Amino acid sequence: MAKYNQHLLVCGGTGCRASQSDAIVESLNRALAERSLDGEVKVVMTGCFGFCEKGPIVKVLPDNTFYTQVTPADCDEIVAEHIYKGRKVNRLLYTNPENQEHVSDSKHMGFYRKQIRIALRNCGFIDPENIDEYIARDGYAALGKVLSSTPEQVVNDLIKSGLRGRGGGGFPTGLKWQITSKVKADQKYVVCNADEGDPGAFMDRSILEGDPHSVIEAMAINGFCTGASKGLIYIRAEYPLAIARLKVALSQAREYGLLGENILGSDFSFDIEMRYGAGAFVCGEETALIHSMEGHRGEPTFKPPFPSESGYLGKPTNVNNVETYANIPVIILKGPEWFASIGSEKSKGTKVFALAGKINNVGLIEVPMGTTLREVIYEIGGGIKDGKQFKAVQTGGPSGGCLTTKHLDTPIDYDNLIAAGSMMGSGGMIVMDEDDCMVAIAKFYLEFTVEESCGKCSPCRIGNKRLHEILTKITNGEGTMEDLDNLRNLGQVIKDTALCGLGQTSPNPVLSTLDNFWDEYVEHVTEKKCRAGVCKSMLRYVIEPDACVGCTACARNCPVNAISGERKKAHEINQDICIKCGACVEKCKFNAIFVR
Amino acid sequence: MTKIKSLADLRKIKEDLQEKIRLRENADQPEKLVQIKVGMATSGIASGAKEVMNFLIEELEKRNVEAVVTQTGDMGYCFAEPTIEVILPGQEPVVFGNVNVKKADEIIEKYIKNGELVDGIIPRNYETIDNK
Ligand SMILES: Cc1cc2nc3c(=O)[nH]c(=O)nc-3n(C[C@H](O)[C@H](O)[C@H](O)COP(=O)(O)O)c2cc1C
Ligand code: SF4
Ligand code: SF4
Ligand code: FES
Repeated sequence: MAKYNQHLLVCGGTGCRASQSDAIVESLNRALAERSLDGEVKVVMTGCFGFCEKGPIVKVLPDNTFYTQVTPADCDEIVAEHIYKGRKVNRLLYTNPENQEHVSDSKHMGFYRKQIRIALRNCGFIDPENIDEYIARDGYAALGKVLSSTPEQVVNDLIKSGLRGRGGGGFPTGLKWQITSKVKADQKYVVCNADEGDPGAFMDRSILEGDPHSVIEAMAINGFCTGASKGLIYIRAEYPLAIARLKVALSQAREYGLLGENILGSDFSFDIEMRYGAGAFVCGEETALIHSMEGHRGEPTFKPPFPSESGYLGKPTNVNNVETYANIPVIILKGPEWFASIGSEKSKGTKVFALAGKINNVGLIEVPMGTTLREVIYEIGGGIKDGKQFKAVQTGGPSGGCLTTKHLDTPIDYDNLIAAGSMMGSGGMIVMDEDDCMVAIAKFYLEFTVEESCGKCSPCRIGNKRLHEILTKITNGEGTMEDLDNLRNLGQVIKDTALCGLGQTSPNPVLSTLDNFWDEYVEHVTEKKCRAGVCKSMLRYVIEPDACVGCTACARNCPVNAISGERKKAHEINQDICIKCGACVEKCKFNAIFVR
Repeated sequence: MTKIKSLADLRKIKEDLQEKIRLRENADQPEKLVQIKVGMATSGIASGAKEVMNFLIEELEKRNVEAVVTQTGDMGYCFAEPTIEVILPGQEPVVFGNVNVKKADEIIEKYIKNGELVDGIIPRNYETIDNK
């Protein structure tokens, strides 16, 4: 029979592939063949489903059964039980963290229920290495439609849709295209920024791995609108799977004539080349990215001139982010009104977030702009891990800030996040609980910026280093109230004077935690106390005299002999000698030693 | 591969290719389509459920009914296997017992196409088959 009754989708994203998607596909095919079911059931390797932490994922269609943490050894059982007998393999189903019940249909999982997938529409749905599946999903129809329209018309539609750049800045995409299209030049370039340097973000990688043609198609549309015949994808070399899939996609598009000369019989010609980055965060900044592509040092330069006027090789260059591109074909097919009807007043459409940290459902999600943090954390994310208390959520990575309980009902969009002292950034979202110390978090991000600063301008090179030093002092229990003032003042100066976006946003993690967690900073400074128990130097190991029976177990095990006391009498720890190794706590059978 | 030379060409190719992923697209929005679940427990398979399932899939396709046909485990009606559950868009599920190819044909023509009830309905005294 040529007709397939069921499809088995196997995730072939980086997250799952690391744990052997290839072997799973093979085992499934073998198990099907053994039962002569290979003519009825088709196995497809797709891109990421977003649920990578519980990967590898295998999804059975049409009943939408969602199997998690599948190993090649499970495949025979899936085929024998589910495919042959119609009985689900319960042990591989997702378990709802709230009531410990199995959920079989992915449509009923809290993680997927609130999501609307536009940029990720094909991820986990089609085989990214097969252009036919993309075409079957209306792929390249937007390009076809655009070619029989005019650039002005398309740009106007894009402006009307309200799409803003997903690479962090949120600049209106249609407007950028309009500017580039109006500059006169013999050669123009279209660039896709796939540098994705924000630690923890992997939405661009997932799109390129799961649906590379959507980006290629949108770049061609961009070329038609701005008058560029050449596209460049700048991608970090650490993304080998995305690179491989892009290469396959580019060559398939060329074979079909969807890239190259006279596309779809029009007089528009366009092709794309790949450029590889070495993974410096600052190279994601568009001017630095362009210099890096030109073979120069990846350092930013002052804007203006903007790349739209003078970019790659001095020619007008339109730079957009991967996720921005992935939205465009759908907007063109479904219309700007449709897109503008989704989202909040000033931020239209959806945003992809990489949800991580102390949350039950870790993964990649796409939600309408204007969704609240509460919905994301509690409904999609399934709440805080281990029943702990929510404390903060970091958005925007090293350029962003920490939001707190009072922001839980704030609709997430570009402007609200900025008003709350954070940023959209590329869409990292790290959830923190009561065990996280906000001063230490600020220090962590500062470490990253100090490391990644290109050093070209002094506010960023020197200022961030000073900020980091002050934070180190505070977490070591040596901070003063004056240090807190200095943090704030210096942070503001760096923001106002740094050359590029990296420096201009790098103090955000410090400033936003100062605003939202001032008490915690003050505690560190005046009481030398870290309430989360993270800043080690502030921990004090103390023996509770009433609970201590004087067994001497702790004293015998202390590596530095910090504990004194007579047998059968309460012992005591000398704080000057204690190195806070924690050995005594483990040895005390009477739970008499506490960390304060 | 040959080059695609026009938008019309592309559209034609798309029509042909769409068949291959229709099952996936339908699975994405089952509530808008006719949903059929075929009981496939051991007794169901022994009594011909597989044959009925293949018949339903092929015939619904031939008769242009957009449907999602899935299999499920024991439906708890061993006395009436094979059983199938049919959900028309926006309606309550209906379970039919002792479904053979002939009965399935009748269910398609009468119930699915015209909403007329046919013999063999088993009263439902439970929520829905499985799937929470
Ligand atoms: C330090 C720094 C790092 C950046 N990293 C990225 C990145 O990894 N990916 C990206 O698309 N944009 C990044 N940007 C934003 C780009 O400069 C640029 O605004 C963006 O690629 C434009 O595309 P969009 O309008 O589609 O968002 C970064 C900006 C700064 C200041
Ligand atoms: S702000 Fe930092 S990263 Fe940007 S140019 Fe200055 S030193 Fe380089
Ligand atoms: S924490 Fe370590 S160093 Fe301090 S008293 Fe206990 S065993 Fe000794
Ligand atoms: S990589 Fe498999 S679900 Fe993300």
